[in-house]
Amino acid sequence: MMVSFTLNGSPATGRVERPVSLLDFLRDELEVTGSKSACEQGECGSCSVILDGVVVCSCLVMAADVEGSSVTTVEGLESEETLNAVQRAMHETGAVQCGFCTPGIVVAATDLFSHNPSPTTVEIKEALAGNICRCTGYGAIIRAFETLAEESA
Amino acid sequence: MTARTEKRSSRVDEGIGESAPRPDGIAKLKGEFEYAQDQWVEGMLWGATTRSPHPHARVLSIDVAPALAIGGVHAVLTADDVPGRASFGLEHSDQPVLAGERVNFWGEPVAVVAAEDDATARRAAAAVVVEYERLEPLTDPEDADSQGEVFRRVRIRRGDQSASGSVVIEGFYEVGMQDQAPLGTEAGLAVPDGHGGVDLYATSQFVHADHEQVVASLGLRPDQVRAHPAGIGGAFGAREDVNLHIHLCLLALHTGQPVKMVYHRSESFTGHVHRHPARMWYRHEADEEGNLVRVRAKISIDGGAYASTTAAVLANACYFAVGPYNCESVSVDGVGTRTNNPPCGAMRGFGAVQACFAHEAQMDRLADVLGMDPLELRRKNALESGDPMPTTGQVIETPLPTVEVIDSLAAMPIPEESERAGLPGGSGLTTEEHHVVRGIGYAMGIKNLGFSEGFDDFAQARVLLTPGGAIVETAAIEVGQGLVTVLAQIARSAMGVSRAEVRHVDTSRIDSAGSTSASRQTQMSGGATLQASSRLRARILEHFAGDDLNDDGVWRDGELVVPMSRVTDEKWEETVTFRHPPTSPPDDDGQGVVHADFALAAHRAVVDVDPELGLVTVVRVDTAQDVGKALNPQSVIGQIEGGIMQGVGLAVMEELILEDGVIRNPNFTDYLLPTILDAPDVEALLIEQEGSWGPFGAKGVGEPPTISSTAAVVAAIRDATGRALTRVPVRPQDIAL
Ligand code: FES
Ligand code: FES
Repeated sequence: MMVSFTLNGSPATGRVERPVSLLDFLRDELEVTGSKSACEQGECGSCSVILDGVVVCSCLVMAADVEGSSVTTVEGLESEETLNAVQRAMHETGAVQCGFCTPGIVVAATDLFSHNPSPTTVEIKEALAGNICRCTGYGAIIRAFETLAEESA
Repeated sequence: MTARTEKRSSRVDEGIGESAPRPDGIAKLKGEFEYAQDQWVEGMLWGATTRSPHPHARVLSIDVAPALAIGGVHAVLTADDVPGRASFGLEHSDQPVLAGERVNFWGEPVAVVAAEDDATARRAAAAVVVEYERLEPLTDPEDADSQGEVFRRVRIRRGDQSASGSVVIEGFYEVGMQDQAPLGTEAGLAVPDGHGGVDLYATSQFVHADHEQVVASLGLRPDQVRAHPAGIGGAFGAREDVNLHIHLCLLALHTGQPVKMVYHRSESFTGHVHRHPARMWYRHEADEEGNLVRVRAKISIDGGAYASTTAAVLANACYFAVGPYNCESVSVDGVGTRTNNPPCGAMRGFGAVQACFAHEAQMDRLADVLGMDPLELRRKNALESGDPMPTTGQVIETPLPTVEVIDSLAAMPIPEESERAGLPGGSGLTTEEHHVVRGIGYAMGIKNLGFSEGFDDFAQARVLLTPGGAIVETAAIEVGQGLVTVLAQIARSAMGVSRAEVRHVDTSRIDSAGSTSASRQTQMSGGATLQASSRLRARILEHFAGDDLNDDGVWRDGELVVPMSRVTDEKWEETVTFRHPPTSPPDDDGQGVVHADFALAAHRAVVDVDPELGLVTVVRVDTAQDVGKALNPQSVIGQIEGGIMQGVGLAVMEELILEDGVIRNPNFTDYLLPTILDAPDVEALLIEQEGSWGPFGAKGVGEPPTISSTAAVVAAIRDATGRALTRVPVRPQDIAL
């Protein structure tokens, strides 16, 4: 079957021939590889995308179910040249090491700040509780978003 | 030619000592950075692996016909299809590329397939019919030891073996099997070159070691295989050994098509080596003043089915068995066993982690019996520069600011008990505040930097000056730690130009940089980059008879004499192979100049515990670390915070659970990893004492944060609960029972 939906603001269509997750569909069929696969079972958040306004693990969503929906991945968060505020804050504080968790964290944090421009530290941690980072120990990630929250307060 | 331009100072922006941002950071933040998982080429096939469901069995027959019969399957290969050396291994090639007669661990590869898509390849891998005769697995390291199934024994004897002290502490300690769990799983792409050779782009910490092993097993000439550094989602030791590399090249050459393979998480847990589980017996003897008089240790680590780096991990556990303390009478006996458990090898801390958990528990008990402050006892016995290592007798010649590290940590403020990070157990809200007990614990650890025991440890780097700035060419792997940042900083500072970029090149274009492990690349590839940059700058200045070089060009007596555009009309490059001071293998008593350099750190952990429920919150972990010179403070802090988090993970949650050789929790649901809610606050003091042979006096910083953080957290839980807690990870039932 063909699945049509809005991907990062543009119409997208792809063929779904078997039960496949939205994550594999994005990465292997549409070759939009920004979202990462690290656990395939909803535990790590590296596959996070915004589906109709809600952050979801794209490894847990079936591709066939996004027909008619709107999906935003890390690639769709800002224009080609610029970084959004979340990305800039992470870049400045050293919140990226291997970067494999980064797309998912950027998606989750961008969603957080779009609803709550000056979150508390607890709110930041709760919003990112589903995103595992194995490299940073989270310190620089927390500092990035605390700084951003202060700036927007 | 002259110009009137004011001479710029030679100091460049984003040189050494500054927190230069990562050059790949923006691409990673935008999702544009290409990881090994993201590679794609036209006409590419997908590979998958058939794995043994048994930890020990004889392979009676393999029928590939059902797999080949599936539409879209291009190849199914078994041991018979390996044209060259049938086995591989970093130190000993004892691990079959594909098991032919016998499987020795659960998940061992038996066949590999290539098919038109990932799902078909996995279906075909499952369709291969393997007939096994199950054999009794050997899973108890003690049984293995008594049966002589060992990879190495280490024996260390130093000083008067009859020395004794009036205060004696004996203990037995255990460390469970930890996984590196890098967020990116194993992945790669092999592309046949059309002339019988192959290009490999796969997750790795050491492309030259992959290259050598691929060449041997494929029966090719070295120049027919090129191993390329590929984008990698973390490593921590898991990428030092070959896993899918030979398989991918076999499939690509067999099919004549590019083949890509990406491990799922459950495969990743069987596809790479783990941290060795350890059992350790210790006996410390001290005098009434707290001076260590004698330390004895017996250390057993389980290497699992194949050698990997067990011999070196064991040696490290034994060399650092005493910790950073002086002691004139030491005996250590170590054994690395061979069993049918999953193979173990490198993980951040490499043997020192296991020993540290034990020696620090002993030091705390000793302090307790003597009625001494735990830091005071450590300070009294502190091993410093100029002292002989308690184990090997090697006199430490590089700086080792142990007392400064202890005193700096001791001076850091301790948070008020009212400052709670949240109750243990988190959102479950099962704990009541009045049940919570606070505990504070200390630990310190020491480890070698670079390769030891006479290994010819070198790294090559090439520096070029181009119109676009300096370029550093290297095969050293960036795993996320920031090597691409720091090598560029070194090149900028040493060349005097503001633009520098690191380019990864394949094994055919540069000699080895060695492994990205042992905290060694900043010192080794950094050392090569510094020497190459300095020599290149000197050659350019000599050629143009100048006295300074910057972005504008060559200067003499404060005037620009040759603009950069003319300087770079000529080809400027310099290649350097850097070696650290030589080391030697130990003698029969484990004595000798075995190591090239050392680094240490101390940690203080603060925990909140609900003793009835056995729940722990690690509130904060403060640290002072010997870094030599912090070339990029932000990166150093990043290594420290990340390393501490992995140490906290081993202390309270991370363990691969084995049952008769089978991993029971090979997934992120059941193998618990610290989340942002588990992250303690961290304050780090960087202790800079220059004098190491690393560039600008820098030391490696990646491993010390992981070594003593585990021991400090457990010490804090002991402080809160009064429990002995001789095993990590500490489970709720260890506290609440
Ligand atoms: S890959 Fe989807 S949550 Fe881990
Ligand atoms: S930066 Fe590597 S997992 Fe987060």
